[in-house]
Amino acid sequence: MEASTQSNVSSGVAVQSNKRKNSLLHRLRQNKVAYFSLWFLIVLHAVVFLGPFVWSMNPEELQDAGALASWSLQHPFGTDDLGRDVFARMLHGGRVTLLVGLAAMLFSLLIGTFVGACAGFFGKVVESVFMRITEAMMAIPNFFFVLVALTVLGTSPIMVIVVIALSSWMEIARVVYGETLRWKEYEFVEAANASGAKSIRILTKYIIPQIIPSIIVSGTLTIAAAILTESAISYLGLGIQPPTPTWGNMLQNSQQYIWTAPVLGILPGAAITIAVLAYNFLGDGLRDALDPRFVKK
Amino acid sequence: MLRFLLNRLGQSVVLLLIVTVITFFLINLAPGGPASTMRMEASPEERQAMIEKLGLDQPIYVRYIDWITNAVQGDLGISFTSSEPVIQRIIERLPYTIELTVFTIIISVIIGILLGVLSAIKRGKAQDHMINFMSVIGLSVPAFWLGLMLILLFSITLGWLPSSGVGSRGADFDLWGWVSHLILPVLILTTTVLPNIVRFTRSSMLEVISQNYIRTVRAKGAKESIVLYVHALRNALIPVVTIIGVLIPRLLSGAVITEAIFGWTGIGTLIIEAARGRDYPLVMGVTVMITIVVVVCNLFVDLVYSRIDPRVKNV
Repeated sequence: MEASTQSNVSSGVAVQSNKRKNSLLHRLRQNKVAYFSLWFLIVLHAVVFLGPFVWSMNPEELQDAGALASWSLQHPFGTDDLGRDVFARMLHGGRVTLLVGLAAMLFSLLIGTFVGACAGFFGKVVESVFMRITEAMMAIPNFFFVLVALTVLGTSPIMVIVVIALSSWMEIARVVYGETLRWKEYEFVEAANASGAKSIRILTKYIIPQIIPSIIVSGTLTIAAAILTESAISYLGLGIQPPTPTWGNMLQNSQQYIWTAPVLGILPGAAITIAVLAYNFLGDGLRDALDPRFVKK
Repeated sequence: MLRFLLNRLGQSVVLLLIVTVITFFLINLAPGGPASTMRMEASPEERQAMIEKLGLDQPIYVRYIDWITNAVQGDLGISFTSSEPVIQRIIERLPYTIELTVFTIIISVIIGILLGVLSAIKRGKAQDHMINFMSVIGLSVPAFWLGLMLILLFSITLGWLPSSGVGSRGADFDLWGWVSHLILPVLILTTTVLPNIVRFTRSSMLEVISQNYIRTVRAKGAKESIVLYVHALRNALIPVVTIIGVLIPRLLSGAVITEAIFGWTGIGTLIIEAARGRDYPLVMGVTVMITIVVVVCNLFVDLVYSRIDPRVKNV
């Protein structure tokens, strides 16, 4: 009797996940920095994704103003070393950079969740194989792996996304693995098991929904890391190739013009920093909001 | 102790084998594979001869077994771009990276522990918020951009520090030349790991402070400073040893960027050269070598940890 009441309570938690999300937002609101970061990110994405429709200048086209023109109404941030509009390049570059970050995060969540959930749920051989691979991947310094993979797979935007994802799923896998081990002991999972539900169904319907909050936190922090990785490889000239602008590859040539046109070096770097900072603050805020030890009474 | 050591050693060897399998297959299964990037001007016959000479016509598992057999004997193949043995190129470069990372670890650990402890004992106060805020900034600033800005400030504007190079070595060694070349790279590399050490020390310290034995010490009327520095800190620092092991891969990743900014001729610039030149044996060799460094460091950290925390040995 007591066991069944407990399982009712547990599955009640699962059913009421909507309510929980509301309270998560409520808790997040108490953390001003994280809440501000959330809004900032919404605005930043809106500007970068919708901006090019308003500011329709072609980021790859050479302008009449010539190279390294200073700011004017026509070119608010001036033009770059080849005479392209910096504002348009910032908008389009931001699109690429943020999109690569988001896509790499989604892909790495997929891999990480799959590996972690399978290892935790099935145990035995699956567990040892998957977790050994995870450990091996963690032992290879991330950036070395990225460079190896890009050497082999090339530097198209899709490959850059795949490679960043392949280099960053391990932390997520470990989180999901730990959580799966924890949740699979609960009575509502045992009940589903006893009622003959298939493993896949138990995983996707009962266990993974419980882990979603932790996955969101990992995902947010993964975007931040992915943006940093993308910009670093682009800076080294091994990422997405010009003329397609990204905030990272815009910095590639900026070093030479740091005196004549400091905006070229400062703007993209500052944009990367701010975006990554906001994602990190949001991720930290979400983690605190989800951690019962930090809940203010 | 011996059993623990052998166990960990066995795990490390397995880990290294998996790493070599992953890297080897990644490199060799790609469309075209290594053969596609050999000199473009080679005629089809030359190309075929080269493929046979390098054994690229063999099935992949045969090539892997060949490669690993040679690698165990210290032969990582010949670099495509320089025709020198890969191992020789790595050995030339490795000391520079070790120099950079060792200084960084020493400085980050000292500063990181100080700030982490300060942050924990001032929990919720202005100092804590400030340190936390700075940590997130440290984690968010792209190292290469910060590097550019520091070069702009210290090398170009103020002219105090050199903007690149490793300084003169050997016969005409001069101390200031050496130190001045190290300052900016070490500073940049420190920002990539310092925030993690600060955060980890903080949470470890908070964890210890909330334990019963600390409450007992307080209840006995000990002074707060004695509670914190004599009773809490010593135990809080034990787990900090492990974060150093975790941070070594991160540190080496950071070294790639740092070396690229400052023209530091270490293993980081070597992998970039290898990647740009699509020099497969070199890419493979450097990655395996750097992973060995990581695994050995982790093994060492585990041993130290098991010495200072007797609870670990029984696990």
